[in-house]
Amino acid sequence: MMKISAAGNQVLKTFAPQMERTTLREKAWIAFLLCVIGVGIYALYLQITVGHTVTGMRDNVVWGIYIANFIFFIGISYAGAVISGFLHLLKIEWRKPIIRIAELITVIATIIGPLFILLCVGRLDRLHHLVLYARLQSPITWDVLAISTYLAGGVIFLYLASIKDFAIYRDSTDLHLSKWKRRVFKFLALNYHDTPSQERGIHVSMNLMALMIIPLAVIVHSVLSWIFGMTLRPGWHSTIFGPYFVLAAIYSGTGVLIIALYIFRLRYKLEAFILDKHFTYLGYIMLVLAAGYGYFTFSEYLTDWYGSEKWTGQLLKKLFSWNEYGGLFLFTNIAGIILPIFVVAVPALRKPKYLAMVSALMVLAMWVKRYLIVVPTLETPLLPIEDIRPEYIKYSITWVEWALTFSGIALFLLLFTIASKFMTLIPVSEISEMAEENIQTKES
Amino acid sequence: MEKPENEMTNQRRDFLKNAALGVAAAACGSAVCSCGKKEEKESGEKVVLLSPDGELVTIDSSHLRQVHKTVGVSREEARHGIPGRKFVMVIDLARCKNARKCVSACQKMHHLPEEKEWLQVRLMKDSPEAPPYWFPKTCFHCDNPPCVKVCPVDATFKRQDGLVLIDTERCIGCKFCMAACPYSTRVFNWSEPEQSAEVACLTYSPETSVPSKVGTVEKCDFCPDMARQGELPDCVTACPNGVFYFGDENEDVVTNGDETVRFSDIIKDRGGYRFAEELGTEPRVWYLPPKDRLFPVERGLEGLPDDIRNRYKDVLGE
Repeated sequence: MMKISAAGNQVLKTFAPQMERTTLREKAWIAFLLCVIGVGIYALYLQITVGHTVTGMRDNVVWGIYIANFIFFIGISYAGAVISGFLHLLKIEWRKPIIRIAELITVIATIIGPLFILLCVGRLDRLHHLVLYARLQSPITWDVLAISTYLAGGVIFLYLASIKDFAIYRDSTDLHLSKWKRRVFKFLALNYHDTPSQERGIHVSMNLMALMIIPLAVIVHSVLSWIFGMTLRPGWHSTIFGPYFVLAAIYSGTGVLIIALYIFRLRYKLEAFILDKHFTYLGYIMLVLAAGYGYFTFSEYLTDWYGSEKWTGQLLKKLFSWNEYGGLFLFTNIAGIILPIFVVAVPALRKPKYLAMVSALMVLAMWVKRYLIVVPTLETPLLPIEDIRPEYIKYSITWVEWALTFSGIALFLLLFTIASKFMTLIPVSEISEMAEENIQTKES
Repeated sequence: MEKPENEMTNQRRDFLKNAALGVAAAACGSAVCSCGKKEEKESGEKVVLLSPDGELVTIDSSHLRQVHKTVGVSREEARHGIPGRKFVMVIDLARCKNARKCVSACQKMHHLPEEKEWLQVRLMKDSPEAPPYWFPKTCFHCDNPPCVKVCPVDATFKRQDGLVLIDTERCIGCKFCMAACPYSTRVFNWSEPEQSAEVACLTYSPETSVPSKVGTVEKCDFCPDMARQGELPDCVTACPNGVFYFGDENEDVVTNGDETVRFSDIIKDRGGYRFAEELGTEPRVWYLPPKDRLFPVERGLEGLPDDIRNRYKDVLGE
């Protein structure tokens, strides 16, 4: 039998109904998500049978919202990879209640991100060519290698951190699980019985994985940025693109983590475990990242603007002019840099609610920023576009692209919902190992 | 001396036999064709033809095919290139009046619909004070091609004879090459390409780039199938003003069909340059500056359909 503390038991009790049965409300929620995904599948069917002509992409803007979604999802996956990896290595005690949510974000977002790059591919029937005829010179090959390794790393990290919990679910008499679920947990727990050598094994491998996942995460977003950085295009061909993308990814990941913690705290009444200080501390991390991100942004655009090269100048004119992307560009800088710094910096605003609100705005701004990195540059080729077909001059998002984008978000939520049926969103074992004074149990 | 002659005749007979097989294959093309295009009905109109064996045969006119003259090459040869060659093109901007014959010849040769232009004629104006000029733009077949570098599956490749080609049977349609090409050379088949059943049934080769395939990238290929037969690309022969010179850098010779000149001489004498040299892509296409022009730039706007004329509105400041 696995030992659980009083606080651990409380966590188990909180999530037991969730894991034991699915309520009507939950079924309706899942049905709703499936409907959204269904529309997306229809859109995908059209895109495959009719061709990519159903999207807004054309010969100049060859990539659009899909690749922005791809960067976005891989970006938010950094919630678990970097935040929980770093906090684990630094042995920060307060991380324990939040790591499960962070690592779930990592794995689920890393599954969804690459789906979006597949949507950019004209011949899905030839995907095996990526392996058969792989060329190491191509940044896409780097991406395939890096992201698949990263996904494997994320899954292993999440799994290692969950083995003790699976053993607890397997042994718990309070948890009334269906037979097959208990069998699944028995399998997943790998005969874990809390022996000192087993305990040590998990501890060592967790440390190793935490150590590995951080450089892996850095590689993934660098390689991803190099899809753009390696081309001779204004706004893309930049030496700081690697670190700029990595920082943006950790930043947006932190934002998504704050939002997720806020929603789950409300939904499952987790005030005893997810404390205000979690939001405050994550807020501080967000502040540092916002400042760093702001610095990179300033450095990038100042350099481009000051040099006043003709080709770059054409791009900047679009980004700075009100009739084109000026409004969106300003929004990304205010909502994506200035507001988060402001909210964290002012003590009166440093509350979970405001932090969650500003995080939501920031995450949206980060998505818009990815759009602004991809689309305006493609609309500004070296040789001015001489075409009278409006869709070849300016990219506009079609309903197919929106439907598939919302399907991606729906799939994210659906996978989270399914995961919550198989594990407590707060790790029981970690809570049991925590010192009592760090938890505000109901008794105290 | 008799024997070689006999051999010659034999060879000739073999060739004719093969040609006859080709005609037969073309004649039953619609039946054999596996690409699932609609089958054509017999028209009932009979045509009498002289077969290569000297016999008169009668076939239905719907079975007549105009077979693209090609030299069949293996996929390996198509990737390797024509031995000993180093193709180069020189475009004389002083002679171009936007007659657009190159564009239509290219489209005809590659069975492209009207809106798909592998070869474009741009109206350039380098700065507000500079005079506008017509700028025919093919693929530059760069020696340091950004498109080839980024291809994840080796679908677009650089050959020994200097050409950059695409194997659309390997292309996965990621469009990375299109993002990487600084010259907007490449086009994508966003939907099932418009082409007739016969064209769709032609045997594909990276050297002919025909037929087009949905979800893949294509572009100007410098017509290597023509070069294999010792002929010039269609854009070169179609130009009424001799704008395009095509040739071999190894032989140091280029020709526009009318006059044949030394490549190094024409570049030296006429101040030849390559477009956007600073990008370091090393294009194989050279331009001669629009000095002492044959036509005023306005001549190129005469008789243009509105939809094409409107492309140049921004440059003309209309």
